[in-house]
Amino acid sequence: MLSKFIFLYCALMIVTTGILAVRFRNPVHSVLAVLVLFFHMAGLYLLLNAEFLAAVQIIVYAGAILVLYLFVLFLVNIREEITTKRFVENHNISKFISFLVFLMLIAVTQSFRLGVPGEWTTDAINQATHTKALGIEIFTSYILPFEIIALILLVAVVGGILLAKQDKQEVVMAPDEGSGPLTKGGQK
Amino acid sequence: MIPVTWYLALSVILFSIGMYGFLTRRNVIIMFLCIELMLNAANLNFVAFSHYLTDLRGQVMTFFIIAVAAAEAAIGLGIVVALYRNRRTVYSDEINELRG
Repeated sequence: MLSKFIFLYCALMIVTTGILAVRFRNPVHSVLAVLVLFFHMAGLYLLLNAEFLAAVQIIVYAGAILVLYLFVLFLVNIREEITTKRFVENHNISKFISFLVFLMLIAVTQSFRLGVPGEWTTDAINQATHTKALGIEIFTSYILPFEIIALILLVAVVGGILLAKQDKQEVVMAPDEGSGPLTKGGQK
Repeated sequence: MIPVTWYLALSVILFSIGMYGFLTRRNVIIMFLCIELMLNAANLNFVAFSHYLTDLRGQVMTFFIIAVAAAEAAIGLGIVVALYRNRRTVYSDEINELRG
């Protein structure tokens, strides 16, 4: 009964902050709403007996990724965002499409049946502690995907630095004009 | 005991919100944020399956998805910074260089 109450609270907060994040005019407010959403997602993970993932969710998502988003938001001009319109033109079509996808997925959800259960029951996980059980799985059955994900992260970090690096040869645009081809030497 | 369909329904709602935001917002950074929402919906599904099937495979997948999300955020935001430096805009409907 209590777990149902906690689930409903977390679900309500997730849906509310999700909609608010999409609707907010100021992008910083959107990021903060998503921060609240991630914390409630971590609460749901705790409810599902996944303590390690709840910690990872808070450390990686709330701690690292959202801070990255805030840094980039402060690099670009936010003041303009508050005055211009938030949505693209004809956004009613997009609204209709996403509502259609929602109805379709809800209809599919009804016919879901659980498959064959595995060997890691809640008692087995509690006996081995959750982090140790997850570590055993990752470093025995999933060692190759683990190495691949390490490589992907390395490539992403190097690529992010390369993309954001200021190239000394290329020329920055004239500040008053927003478009036009890039030229060497600063003249159009 | 919470029925597994509740988790699926919440995940579907969150995915639809993320899709709605991705399709409608003009700001590229908020569009990336909506991709994070959709990835989180998938994560919630994986963890719920993992708990109800008493198998840790879903949680390992969630772990990998979080790593991929971090990589995607780093690359995507690097592209946004490069875009803002070259075009002085972060609005998706103003980026129409390739339009015929």
